[in-house]
Amino acid sequence: MNDDQPKLLLTTSPFLKHREDTAFLMWQVNYSLIPVLLVAFWFFGVNAILITLTCVAGAAIPECVLERGKGRRPLRDGSALITGVLLALTLPPTIALWMAFLGGAIAILLGKTLFGGIGFNIFNPALVGRAFLQAAFPQAMTTWAPPLAHGELFAVRGDLFAIPFTTPQLDAVSAATPLALMKFDAVSTGASDLLLGSTAGSLGETGSIVILVCGAYLALRRVLNWRIPISIFASVAALTGVLYVIDPTSTGSPAFHLLSGGLVLGAVYMATDPVTSPLTQAGCWLFGLAIGALVVIIRLYGGLPEGVMYAILLMNAATPLINRVTQPRIYGGQLAVSHLVARLTGRGAS
Amino acid sequence: MGFALADHIETFRHGVHPRDYKELTHDCAIERIPYAKEIVLPLTQHLGSASAPVVKPGDYVYRGQVIAESTGFVSSVLHASATGTVRSIELRNHASGKMVDSIVIEPDPLSPQKLFDEREIDWEMLSPQDIIEEIRRGGFVGLGGAAFPTHVKLTVPEGKRVRFFLVNAVECEPYLNSDYRMLLENPDAIFHGIRVILKALGAETAYIGVEMNKSDAIELLKKRLPSDLPCAVVPLETKYPQGAEKMLTEAVLHREIPTGKLPIDIQVIVNNVGTVAGIGDLFRFGQPLIERVVTVTGPGIRRPANVLVPVGTKLSDVIGCCGGMYDNVRQILFGGPMMGTAQRFLDVPIMKGTSGVLFLNDLQVFPREEYPCIKCQRCVDACPVFLNPSRLGTLAKSRRYDDMLDLHVMDCMECGSCSFVCPSNIPLVQRFRVAKVLLREQMAREKASAT
Repeated sequence: MNDDQPKLLLTTSPFLKHREDTAFLMWQVNYSLIPVLLVAFWFFGVNAILITLTCVAGAAIPECVLERGKGRRPLRDGSALITGVLLALTLPPTIALWMAFLGGAIAILLGKTLFGGIGFNIFNPALVGRAFLQAAFPQAMTTWAPPLAHGELFAVRGDLFAIPFTTPQLDAVSAATPLALMKFDAVSTGASDLLLGSTAGSLGETGSIVILVCGAYLALRRVLNWRIPISIFASVAALTGVLYVIDPTSTGSPAFHLLSGGLVLGAVYMATDPVTSPLTQAGCWLFGLAIGALVVIIRLYGGLPEGVMYAILLMNAATPLINRVTQPRIYGGQLAVSHLVARLTGRGAS
Repeated sequence: MGFALADHIETFRHGVHPRDYKELTHDCAIERIPYAKEIVLPLTQHLGSASAPVVKPGDYVYRGQVIAESTGFVSSVLHASATGTVRSIELRNHASGKMVDSIVIEPDPLSPQKLFDEREIDWEMLSPQDIIEEIRRGGFVGLGGAAFPTHVKLTVPEGKRVRFFLVNAVECEPYLNSDYRMLLENPDAIFHGIRVILKALGAETAYIGVEMNKSDAIELLKKRLPSDLPCAVVPLETKYPQGAEKMLTEAVLHREIPTGKLPIDIQVIVNNVGTVAGIGDLFRFGQPLIERVVTVTGPGIRRPANVLVPVGTKLSDVIGCCGGMYDNVRQILFGGPMMGTAQRFLDVPIMKGTSGVLFLNDLQVFPREEYPCIKCQRCVDACPVFLNPSRLGTLAKSRRYDDMLDLHVMDCMECGSCSFVCPSNIPLVQRFRVAKVLLREQMAREKASAT
């Protein structure tokens, strides 16, 4: 047509986009983890930093190699960084670095790449990595160092630099976690110690208050769905509340269960992974309540003192089913209740 | 249902909150633009069958004179928007991207451009049927964008009745201000239109739905509302796509229109405020639909404005009246940024349904990297008709259209909220449109082979 006409692009509506893209959301999670890492550093010193860096390297290197050629710059979305950091936060502060590296690599390889990369994984990658380490190195994964005394921030503790596949000589002072104390010795730890983190535990288990604040920030930015942590907390509190009334000596109070172990970290940062949690709000409530119930069952009746990891992984597996059952009803269609009945009895469309 | 509505800010469920960019032309009073050297009136400016010309090249026509008749019930009458000579009836570029038969008029520079048949219509003496016939003769279509013939909408089918008449002054599309300026500058035409339409429908009450980003218009309407008019102004939360019939009905009356049904099935009729004002002017002055307010806006135009444009004025002439374009214009849209259509040529005419022209520059139009779906729920929370765009998007990508049908993709009204919020930049609604077209074709084939 006219020569003076500008080159006009023909696309279809909408022409406006919300500015928050996937990479933005992932980096928000990464930024929110900085205070959590600082707390880990405060309690466990340079060990925390070394383990975190190793896990991140273990996650980033396979991601970088395997995601190449998909048309995206592999690390730009920051999701491998999240996996590495979250895995590190679930590890004991004296674990050998080669194990941490292996855990990070397994998290990405088995947890994510195997399923097709970001968006396609069924299980939370960081928890897949941790589950592997728990199965492969049970002793290293259950040896807990107590938090530091002041002035030891830069002293490396434990056999961090053990040569791979040799048995590390654990020279660290070990201590039992509050959950282990409760399970095996029926000793309860006070809520203030738990809240402030002056207990033994993994890198990210000890700073509940900071994790809650960071999670609240993410929830306000609508990066994570607040319904998931809230329903997990509600479910754990309700179940342990009932059991505590029946048998206070071996159960532990609801406050103790809420604040001990990896519950806060898991509920805020692991269960809320959008890829592996349900799509619908109703589904998220269901998901959270079920995780809470599983945590309580495993903690009180299982062989291990802690059950957050398995609870989340199990519900990750149930997520596709939850999505099907809680499919939203169509606007102007059946009422919510009759819709759900139709769905459960298999009369509705898939 | 209708009590104390005025004190609450109402809305529908779900939806999105795009930045509204209305400040660009918010305070620009409506200005009439001069007649161009050539006016192009496509015979297809509405939903339904094309109009049939009743003039031939060489005829001298007057502003407001009928130049094409409707060719069926769902069709529309077309009027000359300027006094002048019919030059040709030929294929011209059209906003849909196709070439469409159009009547080309060269306005007479010496004509005072008086209205052909200026008169006041004594509507109180007319029966509802006669009122609707006047509206049909006036060539009215929905001015919000869809351009559905108004007389069809106002014809209540046998056995149905209308209780509520909703005036859609929501203007939820970002950037656009044509309805807003109409509310501020011509409320009397709106009130007159409401009076006439209430009689035509036999309806009890009218509600004017206005979003809170137009709070000054809400105040003005409340102040000017005639006390004998059974009408209320309903302030609504600013949220997209509140201007959709289903959403507006839910926001104002808190009722869901059943899937596959129309507002009339729950005794409601919805009309755009521009249409209502136009009908008001038809009965006050005898002016048919020959001009409309168009918001010319966006970072790509030098002088954003709200202009009163004779229907058929070409885009290039409108650009000329608004100071020209900046060099970095990348996209020109008819309509708003959420549901508008991109234009390729500058000689397409403004039509009855063109509510705005938006000029986007290279800072707003650039390719975005598509990521896989991360199941973030944002689309599920945005969809105003409660679809699962995430799932539908996955199905669309693997072309499982039959499965999409089971998940109600045909209920999608293509508002684009899902694509707007998607952090992975997945072209969701774009893929749903393709799926809907293919499914419709498939259903038509099945129907044809069944008979």
